[in-house]
Amino acid sequence: MNKTVNQKAWFFVLPVLALVAFNAIIPLMTVVNYSLQETFGDNVFFWAGTQWFQDVLGSERFHAALGRQLLFTFTILVIEIPLGVAIALAMPRTGPWVSVCLVMMALPLLIPWNVVGAMWNIFALPDIGLLGHTLNALGWDYNFTRNPGDAWMTVILMDVWHWTSLVVLLAYAGLVSIPDAYYQAAKIDGARPWAIFRYIQLPKMKRVLTIAILLRFMDSFNIYTEPFVLTGGGPGNSTTLLSIDLVKVALGQFDLGPAAAMSLIYFLIILLFSWIFYAVMTRNEEW
Amino acid sequence: MAKITLEHLRHSYMANPPTEADWALRRLDIVWDDGGAYALLGPSGCGKTTLLNIVSGLLKPTEGRVLFDDRDVTDLPPDQRQIAQVFQFPVIYDTMTVYGNLAFPLRNRNVPEKEVDQRVRQIADMLDLTGRLDSRASGLTADGKQKISLGRGLVRSDVNVIMFDEPLTVIDPHLKWVLRSKLKELHQEVGRTMIYVTHDQTEALTFADQVVVMNLGEVVQVGTPVELFERPEHTFVGHFIGSPGMNVLPCELANGGASIDGHRVAVANASALKQADGALEIGIRPEFVSFADEGLPVNVVKVSDAGRYRIVDTRLGDHSIKLLVSEGETVPSERAYLRFDPERTRVYCDSRVMT
Repeated sequence: MNKTVNQKAWFFVLPVLALVAFNAIIPLMTVVNYSLQETFGDNVFFWAGTQWFQDVLGSERFHAALGRQLLFTFTILVIEIPLGVAIALAMPRTGPWVSVCLVMMALPLLIPWNVVGAMWNIFALPDIGLLGHTLNALGWDYNFTRNPGDAWMTVILMDVWHWTSLVVLLAYAGLVSIPDAYYQAAKIDGARPWAIFRYIQLPKMKRVLTIAILLRFMDSFNIYTEPFVLTGGGPGNSTTLLSIDLVKVALGQFDLGPAAAMSLIYFLIILLFSWIFYAVMTRNEEW
Repeated sequence: MAKITLEHLRHSYMANPPTEADWALRRLDIVWDDGGAYALLGPSGCGKTTLLNIVSGLLKPTEGRVLFDDRDVTDLPPDQRQIAQVFQFPVIYDTMTVYGNLAFPLRNRNVPEKEVDQRVRQIADMLDLTGRLDSRASGLTADGKQKISLGRGLVRSDVNVIMFDEPLTVIDPHLKWVLRSKLKELHQEVGRTMIYVTHDQTEALTFADQVVVMNLGEVVQVGTPVELFERPEHTFVGHFIGSPGMNVLPCELANGGASIDGHRVAVANASALKQADGALEIGIRPEFVSFADEGLPVNVVKVSDAGRYRIVDTRLGDHSIKLLVSEGETVPSERAYLRFDPERTRVYCDSRVMT
């Protein structure tokens, strides 16, 4: 078959290209620019080479923030993925309750992120918050503004509350797309519920779960708004995740060079991890 | 291994079906002998799949009973009925190897590994899958996957009946024939009862010893392929089986015989003719109509070549009559006379043959 060649098509792509250049490529290049130079204001720049990158990679503060970030992302993935799958399995596949369940599941996703942070902040306040007050009344000395452990627990709880729904909806979509014949065949083959899950539901959900894991990984690695509103990175630096630290460096200390280097490293880490996840989860599979 | 009896079956997908048309199955009484090859033939929506699901236990009939030998299994779930089913679209366990797929039903039933291995290899051999036992099942072609589904039924020694729900739908045309002969061969080899659901007459007639023809939730005729062809008991069977289908012409009774537009026609069931309230029709297959020097006066309107024979379309008044003419024979142009083979001509009352 002959391909139709029409150079005019490029004109249709131009607006998008201009938009992307304006809001992605130019800012990104500015960041690259900053990461290689030193400035003392007045728009005067000096070449700094890879100095900032070496500084960031060698700094204990960055290592600590990265460690907290990895711990946070790992924890929420370990909780949200199995929990999301379990909830999706428990949801009805037919009948009037389907839409009720779906709407209830979608609700947390519809709330603006800073509102989620504010909600949980109030919810968890040790003296007047429903959660905080209840825990204290039960005899647990709970205070997320003072104890790092409590702060971590609250941040993770908030993320699980906010984002498990996404995993549920994706996993549910995967589940309902399984034709009835598979369940019927499994019944006839005498498969028990575990075998049905292991050999039918899980393999059929694999693709959507890959997407769910990737999305949750990227989003949680980027997370800023909710923990910032809830704990502001405290107490101390205990919940200062990478993005919060980055904002502190860039806007708090106005160290543009190191902040630019840090954000590039940050970006590459996410890219690398996403690629690894994707490669591992889709190996020996024909898409 | 068991005889299957369906007793007074009725089924509806509604809780309280208001009219007769809301029953997916209206009334069924069928007995299938152990070890037979049966086909359920009918157009889409005639209730074949409903019936199949009732036998397999995936559906519970609204009324009636299902007996395996003399055991009432109506309330038993599929896994306790010792049945196997091959679905329209291949159902395989993607993540397992071909071997794992075939072993799955046995392992679920805690059969010792040694016996599993022996059975799996034996069945793989029958289905020509031996060379692929260690490959992933998802990599096979559609016909290979259907063989695996069938294999999962064959490995179990306790299976009462293997059911096929239009199993060749997704198979390439040139492989359909191969797989069909394989099925027939397997049936003779293992001697299991097999029930084959299809809307394709060729599949039904080549596979089965006995064909159950269904229409609108009812069985219209049960018979061997030859009986269905030569002695259709219902005009639907005449239409549905054979290509082109049976000619069906309105007729009237006169002087103890049947006639079409005043032309007398000799029929096989002449002795059964009596005045009846229903619509009377004469049915004759195109294969049994021939040109003659005298008989029904018709106009030849169209001749289509169908390979080894030609299909001739004629008109008698408003009625169309088709007949088959072999290659060498000459076809008269325009005016001609037709002769119906009296042994193959029958009168139907309200679509059912008069007896």
